[in-house]
Amino acid sequence: MRSRIDVALALAYRQTTVLLKNPSLFLPPMLFPLMNFLAFAGGLSRLRHVQGFDFQGGYTAFTFVFVLLQSAAFGGVFAGFGIARDFERGFAKRLLVSAPQRSGIILGYALASLMRWAMIAIVLTVVALASGMQIGGSGVDLFGLYALAIIFNQVGLLWACGVAMRFQSVQAGPLMQTPVFLLLFLAPVYVPLDLLQGWIHSVARFNPLTFLLEAGRGFIEGRPTQVAAAFAVSAILLAVFAVWAKTGLARAERAG
Amino acid sequence: MTTTLRQIWLIARRSIIRTFRQPGVFIPPLTFPLMLMAVNSNGLRAATHLPGFPTHSFLAFFLPFSFMQGALFASGIAGTDFARDIDTGFLNRLALTPVRDSALLLGQIGGALGIGAVQAVLYLTVGLVAGVHIDTGVPGAILILVLALLIAVGFGTLGLWIALRTGSGEGVQSQFPLLFFVLFISSMNLPRNLIEVGWFRDLATINPTSYLIEALRSLVIEGWNGEALGLGFGFTFALIAGSMWLASRQLKVRMART
Repeated sequence: MRSRIDVALALAYRQTTVLLKNPSLFLPPMLFPLMNFLAFAGGLSRLRHVQGFDFQGGYTAFTFVFVLLQSAAFGGVFAGFGIARDFERGFAKRLLVSAPQRSGIILGYALASLMRWAMIAIVLTVVALASGMQIGGSGVDLFGLYALAIIFNQVGLLWACGVAMRFQSVQAGPLMQTPVFLLLFLAPVYVPLDLLQGWIHSVARFNPLTFLLEAGRGFIEGRPTQVAAAFAVSAILLAVFAVWAKTGLARAERAG
Repeated sequence: MTTTLRQIWLIARRSIIRTFRQPGVFIPPLTFPLMLMAVNSNGLRAATHLPGFPTHSFLAFFLPFSFMQGALFASGIAGTDFARDIDTGFLNRLALTPVRDSALLLGQIGGALGIGAVQAVLYLTVGLVAGVHIDTGVPGAILILVLALLIAVGFGTLGLWIALRTGSGEGVQSQFPLLFFVLFISSMNLPRNLIEVGWFRDLATINPTSYLIEALRSLVIEGWNGEALGLGFGFTFALIAGSMWLASRQLKVRMART
């Protein structure tokens, strides 16, 4: 057990150091959510006047929840790029040989992903508060919101980790990103679910992210809703993608 | 004159062939804007219920954004490919030949122009198949293609300048979020008069990208609007001229260094 944690901490430390020393790796994942937040909150706020838009917390808070979850997922995916890069450069293979407990490798990448996203989340939250975001929820509600985002970050990382360990190349980047992008944008991004029309409404109703978004928006508004469903969906996603990442690691071990 | 044209053709042909030989390079710029168009045109359909929204079809309103997004991808392709030429020493070897600077720059945007042409036709076709009605008819559709190509050339040349400045593919890629930011802070999602937040509306108004989008959009949903077209074409030519000037200056600096 001890050696697993040692591997995880050492790897997380290494990944975070690499990240902080390379602004080109660190800045794009930081800039994209900020850019989206400014574009959505600034450019689309008139949508709150559409009849049936029943979110009480203001459009900035409505958008913030989506961008927070988006940054969490992409924080995990970008960390997956790092894993693929480690395989391309041979570091991951040396790691597989030297790590006494290989499951600590996934744990280490997961910790690094969490630290990477934590920095983004802090900046995003500060920008949102500075731009006048209203928070109706209590401390417990906000804890719920960030807990959902943390789980989603880990889901994103485990998905990308499984892909990276199977393909062992940065060229698998689009495969890591595209499904996450689709999952995100096939949810009620700009308006509540009830205002979506046509096929996107049907798809969004069954999109697991919709539960997370609605629960997150409920938390920030101070009217928690779909909390149990959101955490249940998150737990299922986490379990499924943990298996996906673990089998990816097993495949990488077999590949040698 | 004939020699220069031949030089442009040779470099452009190389650039086009290189672009289309890499599916990983040309497929995402074709599919990603279509994906975003499908998702956003439905996700934002509620916006058409806002008083003063200029059309009942958000797809028609949003279609021009795909051309802009495609042009940004073209900029990335032109810049990354040119950066690779710098990185691998191709540019240095080219400097030993009698090729003219202007031919080099004009030829290098061949790949961006090629992908821009395919994109423009594809996006327009998909829009028409999905039920978009072009208010200005066939002449308007042709003008949309012309303007979309010119915009791709403008952004492609900007990509060349960035490649010459940074000299690396990673440098070009790292500028990409900045270009996207410029695109996002525009009237891409709502008409400027419907943007509620003051600072955003002001930024969208001083952002030339808004006028490029509005020119394309006017042809789709408004009919012939001389002011929108004048501003759109004016800013596009200014973008091409400005980027070409910057790129040729930077090319001289880089050639002098080598």
